[in-house]
Amino acid sequence: MISYAECSARERLALLLDPGSFHEWLPPSERVTSPHLAQLGVPSAFDDGVAIGRATLDGHEVIVAAQEGAFMGGGVGEVHGAKLVGLLQRALRERPAAVLLLAESGGVRLHEANAGLIAVSEVMRALLDVRASGIPVIVLIGGANGCFGGMGIVARCADHIVMSDAGRLAMSGPEVIEASHGVEEFDSRDRALVWRTTGGKHRWLTGDCDALVEDDVADFRAAAVAALDASKPLTLAALEEEHALLTARLHALPSDTAGRDEATLLWSALGIADAQRVPELPVEAVRALRVH
Amino acid sequence: MSDVPAGLETLDFFFSGGRPAGAFPPVLVGVVGSGNLEVMLEPAGGNDCAVRVETSARGFGPIWQAVMDDFHARHPLAGVRVSINDMGATPAVVSLRLDQAVAEITGDKP
Repeated sequence: MISYAECSARERLALLLDPGSFHEWLPPSERVTSPHLAQLGVPSAFDDGVAIGRATLDGHEVIVAAQEGAFMGGGVGEVHGAKLVGLLQRALRERPAAVLLLAESGGVRLHEANAGLIAVSEVMRALLDVRASGIPVIVLIGGANGCFGGMGIVARCADHIVMSDAGRLAMSGPEVIEASHGVEEFDSRDRALVWRTTGGKHRWLTGDCDALVEDDVADFRAAAVAALDASKPLTLAALEEEHALLTARLHALPSDTAGRDEATLLWSALGIADAQRVPELPVEAVRALRVH
Repeated sequence: MSDVPAGLETLDFFFSGGRPAGAFPPVLVGVVGSGNLEVMLEPAGGNDCAVRVETSARGFGPIWQAVMDDFHARHPLAGVRVSINDMGATPAVVSLRLDQAVAEITGDKP
């Protein structure tokens, strides 16, 4: 077993795709780096924190991007975002079996805030174009930095999300919530709370991800292969269904939750038996708990 | 207050008299994260080994010189361009990354 969380972006590409099949576009030797970071006294990365290219997965042509969480927390800067957009637009032309996005990002890179925000919105638009054309976009989330902010939204725009229990997916990250609403609302240092509210098990039980896997590169590969034909048409009916689900979730909690754990209450309200045991259960057991 | 100005520092080192590395695809190891660095090796014309370092930790030129002298003594390469983006890696980490990069082009596993 090889921990997906502990791998770098490039190690994930090497281990997840068919061996030796990854062909990189704009490789580090092209030196397409951030135009902003050096002005702020911050070192650049030769790939601006994301590797993009084409490869085969179980013999199928795929187009793939992998974000490096250790560089700027996987933050999306101008070049990083442009590489993702270009990749998605190329998918429209080349029509691969799928687009894989190995996401690990805190969202917009604050050093290049405006450019990064625009970039993330362009990524969403490009991703939805790819999805609308019938090519599945599969997002894999299992890096130590999770998938937050704009990239959290990008992930939820995709056809299919694979998460490990170590992975995290949300909009505002724990520190952001604590900073804006106070430690009584959310204690970002409470790791068990963070995983109960953003972690892979929670996302699986609430239906926000489509596959829950162990923190193992081989499991991520198998889940990605299984998702190659997971295209989900984005229709008005599907959107209305999603809105109804979110509305129901919003009202699932009792009105007074004082002193009780809200994640556990929500799981119970979703019909999951022995909800308080979820955090200690192995992945396989949690997988069987989901109420469809 | 330090008298070292903020911003990146760029350092260049040149070594001659090494063994030609021949042709190889560019190699990248490491990540630009806190206390870490990325090292890229590319084939280059000529008989030198040219090293360029971009680092956020200013004022450590003599230490970089010593680390690079050691590297050249271990791996006397020629016709190689070494490019480094550094975010405050210690000398030991720099040396390990350099060895890792050389292992990638020579096929030796560290």
